[in-house]
Amino acid sequence: MLGSTAVSEPAPASIPETPPLVVQGLCCVRGDRELFAELDLAIAPGEVLQIEGDNGTGKTTLLRAVCGLAPIEEGRVLWHGLDVMEAADEFLGALTYIGHTAGVKRDLTPIENLDTAIALTRAAPAVDPESALARLGLLALEHTPLRQLSAGQGRRVALARLLVIPTTLWVLDEPFTALDATGKSLVETMITEHCANGGLVLVSTHQPLALDGVRVHHLRLGA
Amino acid sequence: MGRAFLAILVRDLRLAVRRRGELTQPLVFFAAVATLFPLALGPERELLARIAPGILWVAALLAALLPMDRMFRSDYEDGTLEQLLLSPHPASVLALAKVIAHWLVTGLPVIVLAPLIALVLHLPANALGVLLATLALGTPVLSLIGAIGVALTVGLRAGGPLLALLLLPLYVPVLIFAAGAVDRAASDMPVVGPLYVLGAMLILALTLAPAAIAAALRISLS
Repeated sequence: MLGSTAVSEPAPASIPETPPLVVQGLCCVRGDRELFAELDLAIAPGEVLQIEGDNGTGKTTLLRAVCGLAPIEEGRVLWHGLDVMEAADEFLGALTYIGHTAGVKRDLTPIENLDTAIALTRAAPAVDPESALARLGLLALEHTPLRQLSAGQGRRVALARLLVIPTTLWVLDEPFTALDATGKSLVETMITEHCANGGLVLVSTHQPLALDGVRVHHLRLGA
Repeated sequence: MGRAFLAILVRDLRLAVRRRGELTQPLVFFAAVATLFPLALGPERELLARIAPGILWVAALLAALLPMDRMFRSDYEDGTLEQLLLSPHPASVLALAKVIAHWLVTGLPVIVLAPLIALVLHLPANALGVLLATLALGTPVLSLIGAIGVALTVGLRAGGPLLALLLLPLYVPVLIFAAGAVDRAASDMPVVGPLYVLGAMLILALTLAPAAIAAALRISLS
């Protein structure tokens, strides 16, 4: 399923159809340094691709390039067979990206942050923001500005977007930053459920993932 | 799309209200710059009345420039700008919502305060209406053009001074026509011409700037 740089678990005997997300010959540079080149990868529904690598090997750049935020030097990213630049509408409608910076406003409350995130999408919310926040353990804090919450709680508000906004592809850059052990296992449960529903997850983390019954591929950058 | 536009507009206004300290800065700056002139030149009525249109507009321009830098800064730092660009809605529309919110918070208060400062500077009463009209047409142009510059420099660490150098030349046409119109009104000359030019600039900026802002933001974030 994966390119030459990837170490994958035993591949399935036959690949039924083209995976929704395919990256072909991707090359990204930062400054005049080549981070990676000729990178191929593909993710099928219900699969997780975990990106590992030392600091500075381009994990974040890879995720941002897939989302269309970082410039691509060579190669292309395909969503259901179409270049994401051409099919930007469908691709962005199916994508939730949680980056290095959480993408939440510290002067707004968790509910206000989620309401803005919902308004920015086209889809109707999958669950209401209150129950998503409750699941992430922010039940009594939904009207407290993030400024008064901890970094981990702010991270949980960002992760609540995954529950509220129904998308197929999750791109998560170090999602466990600032999270405690229960937070980490909660995110793992969310990823497992998402994959059981046919979702795709692209995640960069150094920590081993405890995902029950989910096919996890590993891609090591800079190796 | 309308819902997303409104959500960003409301969000930015709400953020501005929660950071009230920053709200008053352009106002105080506008009043301070404009009142420096009578202090420096003396309270001579004829002289002040003669140069009041220019002073008022230079002060309004500087007051627009001062908070410009902040338009996308916090969104850039906390990652919400990335989320805007990853929305399936057009980034230009969302950027326009941000510019409008920014103008409502920084430009509109200056227009409200302008009559008072005009009084201090002995601006002839017959020019007051034109002054407000030029401010209403001109300051949104400053915000729209400014937003392109801000979008280009938001990723730079010392973007502030560079931004001023980048924007001041672009602000010159607005300044010439706006201050000219007020000047003409003060000497009872027709002002329709410069007002039309300002109106045309506003429409041009409203049409072209959002796409340029969105493109500039993409460059800054990459």
